[in-house]
Amino acid sequence: MSFLSYLINGISLGSVYAIIALGYTMVYGIAKMLNFAHGDVIMVGGYATFSMMMYAGANPLVAVLAAIVVCTVLGVVIETIAYRPLLEAASPLAVLITAIGVSYFLQNAVQLIFGSGTKSFQSVVSVPNLKLADGALTITGTSMVTIAASVVIMLVLTIFVNKTKAGQAMLAVAEDKGAAQLMGINVNRTIALTFAIGSGLAAIAGALLCSAYPALTPMTGSMPGIKAFTAAVFGGIGSIPGAMVGGILLGIIENLSRAYISSQLADAIVFGVLIIVLLVKPTGLFGKQIREKV
Amino acid sequence: MAMLEVKDLKVYYGMIQALKGISFEVNKGEIVALIGANGAGKTTTLHTISGLLKPKGGSILFNGTDISKVPADKIVSMGMAQVPEGRRVFAQMTVLQNLKMGAYTRSDKNEMEETLEMVYSRFPRLKERRNQLAGTLSGGEQQMLAMGRALMSHPSIILMDEPSMGLSPLLVGEIFDIIRSVNETGTTVLLVEQNAKKALEIAHRGYVLETGNVVMSGDAKDIMNDDAVRKAYLGE
Repeated sequence: MSFLSYLINGISLGSVYAIIALGYTMVYGIAKMLNFAHGDVIMVGGYATFSMMMYAGANPLVAVLAAIVVCTVLGVVIETIAYRPLLEAASPLAVLITAIGVSYFLQNAVQLIFGSGTKSFQSVVSVPNLKLADGALTITGTSMVTIAASVVIMLVLTIFVNKTKAGQAMLAVAEDKGAAQLMGINVNRTIALTFAIGSGLAAIAGALLCSAYPALTPMTGSMPGIKAFTAAVFGGIGSIPGAMVGGILLGIIENLSRAYISSQLADAIVFGVLIIVLLVKPTGLFGKQIREKV
Repeated sequence: MAMLEVKDLKVYYGMIQALKGISFEVNKGEIVALIGANGAGKTTTLHTISGLLKPKGGSILFNGTDISKVPADKIVSMGMAQVPEGRRVFAQMTVLQNLKMGAYTRSDKNEMEETLEMVYSRFPRLKERRNQLAGTLSGGEQQMLAMGRALMSHPSIILMDEPSMGLSPLLVGEIFDIIRSVNETGTTVLLVEQNAKKALEIAHRGYVLETGNVVMSGDAKDIMNDDAVRKAYLGE
């Protein structure tokens, strides 16, 4: 039974990674950049939710919705001010370094506003825990909501990308910016939309993550951000199902390692698995090797 | 008034001047061929007209409006489409999705369906393969898809960049027949080709480009019969 409970907790943690990884992978796929500030947007989402509940007295759902709005706007602002001027002219390295700069900026800005102390986050989930097998197996409400949220997000995103005009435009921009422009697609607007979606998802991830691990600090986003980036690479960066599967697998591996091997070694094992996967399949689990016909 | 009027167009790649002030025009209903060797500036010209590149000087008048500073995605809705060099179909999308991308600027669903039927009747192969990923098509089929995709925006002018590149002689003939018939049904064509002979055969008028300058212009037939052109481009 304990295995089952570790597994479920792993899936739940992995679902959070997956939601974050979706933001990484979509932005990479479409803007061809690694947004290393993505993890800190999660943290901002956590603080936004926290503030709405603690200071404005909003109910959890309203607080999360407000956090989504805050992060969506933040994502678009970051993209427009920090990245867009560099995407065409500068080297990819300049964009990467700028992203690291944005990451530090967000951490320090939040520290300035809220202080560096740990805030105790009140869970946004009020679903009761589920006790199975005469109490031998407990599934927390947070776990259930997290897993359900990631499934819903995945479904909605898949439908959005495949069935809507804006989603199809994203795929087109991801494949060939120039050709997409020749179709009449506004590439800048499409990239901004991608940042908006990724950052909105980060807000949800932030609220769920802090509900499961209620200690909120300005550094809260950085480790999950790196893990989710790993998950995105693991699944094949640029691939939406890849981010989902990569995230969940990573959560399971991390939690089982923590339970059965060593809690200190868990992160090392996670990154070790990534290295092995990349050695065997450099494009990640779902990565596509694009062959061009001449 | 010419439909497309390029005046003294100057384009740079960094310090290198790719177009040194070229001028030409395309009238409604024409097929105009731009021919020249590799590096003459043919693709640069098309990319500048369609807005992917911005010129340093000169103007591009499309139906009387200067479009040299208009972004590429806006130019499409003004009635200009491009079949880019190397096809550049969206390999991971299906044939139908590619065609729908071509109609991105159009909002009327019924009109789009009509155009889709028109494209399918012109390219029956695309209809057969509509649910296949574009990346799995043969080179000739991809060229047809790129042309069909351009037609989906219902353009008044199509810019075609090296449509014969990499195709077998049989397919080249087929593609040029299609270009001619697209033109006969009312679409103006600006054609860029290394295959000068084929291009001049179907064109009404032509321009010869050499290292960023127009060195000759006139009726396609006259250009084809010019001794210097025959030597340089037609391999005689």
